[in-house]
Amino acid sequence: MPFIPHTEAEIESMLETIGVSSIDDLFDEVPANLRCSDLPGIPEAMSELQISQMMERRAREDGQASCFIGAGAYDHHIPAAVWAITTRGEFYSAYTPYQAEASQGTLQLLYEFQSMMTALTAMDDSNASLYDGASALAEAVLMAVRGNRKSKSKRVLVPRTVHPAYRRVVYNIVKNQEIELVDLPYDRDKGCIDMAALEGFAGEDITALVIPQPNFFGVLEDVDALTDWAHANHALAITVVNPVALSILTPPGEWGQKGADIACGEGQPLGAPLSSGGPYFGFLCCAQALVRQMPGRIIGRTVDLDGKPGFALTLQAREQHIRRSKATSNICTNQGLLVTAATIHMALLGSEGLERVAAASHQNTRKLCDLLQRINGVEVIFSNPYFHEVALRLPAPVKDVLRSLAAHNVLGGFDLGEDYPELGEAVLVCATEKRTDEEIEGFAAKLERIISLQGGVTCKLVPKE
Amino acid sequence: MLIFEQSKPGRRAVAQAPLEKADYSDIPQQLRRKRSAALPEVSEMQTVRHYTRLSQKNFSIDTQFYPLGSCTMKYNPRGANDLALLPGLKGRHPLAPGSHSQGFMACMYDLQQILKEVTGMKAVSLSPAAGAQGEFAGVAMIKAYHDSRNDTARNEILVPDAAHGTNPASAVMCGYKVREIPTDSEGDVDLEALKGVVGPQTAGIMLTNPSTLGVFERNIEQIASLVHKAGGLLYYDGANLNAILGKVRPGDMGFDVIHMNLHKTFSTPHGGGGPGAGPVGVSQRLIPYLPVPMVDYDDDKYVWLTENERPESIGRLSAFAGNAGVLLRAYVYARMLGKSGMARVAEFSTLNANYMLKRMQEAGFEAAYPNRRATHEFIITLRKQAKHQGVNTMDFAKRLLDYGMHAPTTYFPLLVPECLLIEPTETEDKQVLDDFIEAMIAIQQEAESNPELVQGAPYTLPVRRLDDVKAARELDLKWVAAAAE
Repeated sequence: MPFIPHTEAEIESMLETIGVSSIDDLFDEVPANLRCSDLPGIPEAMSELQISQMMERRAREDGQASCFIGAGAYDHHIPAAVWAITTRGEFYSAYTPYQAEASQGTLQLLYEFQSMMTALTAMDDSNASLYDGASALAEAVLMAVRGNRKSKSKRVLVPRTVHPAYRRVVYNIVKNQEIELVDLPYDRDKGCIDMAALEGFAGEDITALVIPQPNFFGVLEDVDALTDWAHANHALAITVVNPVALSILTPPGEWGQKGADIACGEGQPLGAPLSSGGPYFGFLCCAQALVRQMPGRIIGRTVDLDGKPGFALTLQAREQHIRRSKATSNICTNQGLLVTAATIHMALLGSEGLERVAAASHQNTRKLCDLLQRINGVEVIFSNPYFHEVALRLPAPVKDVLRSLAAHNVLGGFDLGEDYPELGEAVLVCATEKRTDEEIEGFAAKLERIISLQGGVTCKLVPKE
Repeated sequence: MLIFEQSKPGRRAVAQAPLEKADYSDIPQQLRRKRSAALPEVSEMQTVRHYTRLSQKNFSIDTQFYPLGSCTMKYNPRGANDLALLPGLKGRHPLAPGSHSQGFMACMYDLQQILKEVTGMKAVSLSPAAGAQGEFAGVAMIKAYHDSRNDTARNEILVPDAAHGTNPASAVMCGYKVREIPTDSEGDVDLEALKGVVGPQTAGIMLTNPSTLGVFERNIEQIASLVHKAGGLLYYDGANLNAILGKVRPGDMGFDVIHMNLHKTFSTPHGGGGPGAGPVGVSQRLIPYLPVPMVDYDDDKYVWLTENERPESIGRLSAFAGNAGVLLRAYVYARMLGKSGMARVAEFSTLNANYMLKRMQEAGFEAAYPNRRATHEFIITLRKQAKHQGVNTMDFAKRLLDYGMHAPTTYFPLLVPECLLIEPTETEDKQVLDDFIEAMIAIQQEAESNPELVQGAPYTLPVRRLDDVKAARELDLKWVAAAAE
């Protein structure tokens, strides 16, 4: 029996102790008409070898294309030690550290994680993770609504330069709590938040302003001015940041005169494999005044009976298992294992290593951008500086171009057409430090060929089979 | 010692980062960081040794019996982990085109089918990232359903007092008021109380069955009928699905929407607090509202169903497709269990729990519901020990750690005083269960002869009992460099 260790003799003896004649007797409180007999839709058991062969075939099928897609998930190198340690059974198969004395490993690691995240963001406090970047932004919005006592409106300005999927997630999660999310347009030339449009809200009751850095287009926002605008208007500044980028960009805690109030984002670039979108982890940091509004687990350092330092879950009175319907969030299980990986990843790379990863990714994207721009009709859309991801306009239908590139095992970027139709044939590309010169040049050569073969924007492209 | 305290300026794990620092001078000076972040400066070996040593301070399933009630801490097959991390799956970008995703999507499609079948629901979406997000999705679907019928006066969700704290918290996030339903003396929902509160304002009821009291809700059919007649829907919290997997299907009990905790029932690792995965399944009438993305099989290939194809969906709850890697592990586990292995999960987890309950009762421990059959877990109350020996549940729990076993869930559910919620799971053998019972008997003897010994436990762990009050009053949530203090 897979994963069940009982021998026949043990089963007999256990049944005898209980005083029943069969295991089925143990289900005698279940109404007989509710018992199901067979599960015709479920296949028979496979051995580990059989399932391995099937999974290996399927994994091969998805191949290993050259990936130039970023759009919220970045293909960085993960040092071998990261997952070698993370998958040790003592981390991998433990649970939420409810019994602190038997969980000091996880608890200390989480405390170190909180310390690293506050160092990276220059914020006061960090929690021990949320599900992903998008849901972290939703929680940040809810937190701002609870935390901004000067505002009654529950109106939050969400720029269109925030990841479109994040904006949808935020809406889906907060929509039943009478919160109004207001779209903020972007400057079509620069690719950043339209300051004139923002000025239109000056003097109104705004609860929070969301500030992405870099924004979804890879463009760098004027974060100092935006943070100061928020504070001048009694709004909280919520930031969505890329943690790798923070090794070279000003951290949110130092933005403007007072620093941002809440910083959140996607932790994936810190040691999580792309893995089809998850598991990743969301991080959430804040100014100290807001720590009691924070959702999720928080670890504190304290002492034991003998005065020896130790670590424990703290501020649990915010959480659902204590406060139930009055909790700051319903979150219970978070993304502990990914945080384990991220902590080891940050320790291994340090700020110098992260800076090198960020710089190399940025340089690769610039290299790619330079090569692609030489192709007739390809142009950079926005004039503002960018970080490691750039929006390009193509002289041909993006959908067809991407399909042709994919047929050559190049994943040529994210099609911006659906979310930003006003940009025309636009694609978002990213080349992390993992992309080699050969891959970058190969991408450029293939794109050039596809565009020239096509000979004009009206002609349909046929993907290579 | 913290990793930060091992830091020395200029030390690095050199080979793990690019060997050269590329130029980024095109990024304007005023947007650049002025001081580098105070991350530790350590070598690769220091890092490996530090975190290996930290890991050794943990109890885990791989090293200890971990009978944490309602958490289903069963063995996590290593094969599932390896296969989820095959290069083609590990490296797949979430936005990769369908042409480069058929292998992954086949697994997701199969998993949807398996979960649908084993729960008796009509359709499944895999995307919620954990149980609580599954609950949110479920309640949001209930709301979307009522809203679609302009049935907007329904503003209450009923939740039994034994429910997990996530239930009321999730209902509130969806804009509902929560009304608690009491439990009767035998551990079933108090039907008379339910009749008194169910009505035109009822949007739905959230139930865990078996409940957190470790017993099967025997009146489930009457409850379903009462709530449905009033126009409300039934939500199934799948936290305890392990108890009935392949034996009883939530769909057959009349539930309209369920979530499953794959990190419990489908044996994906708990990871020190996650990641989980909380897929949701629904009855026919809720299909349009399922969260996206989902996978469909159409015209000989797998395709994504997103907001475009499913305009009535409650939408997406994470940027991509939820905890995909967790779903892959659950899929591998499900295929290794196969058809007949599903019911065995329920059977042997129930056998183990009933065996432990019987032996503990024989040893003089008090069952919270002595007239009831245990499900996959059961509750012992130590109220007598607390009263007579002054040794409470927390003392027993801490002393168990000295005996090399993780404590069961303590002080939950809230309605049983001084309780231990014990869930052995099906993957433990009789010897392990016997050892736990012997440990409990030994602690009971210690409580009688030397209560201070138990009250002061643990003694053999890296730390003794921690000062939680100090932790909350004098917040120390991060390391600060001595020079900067």
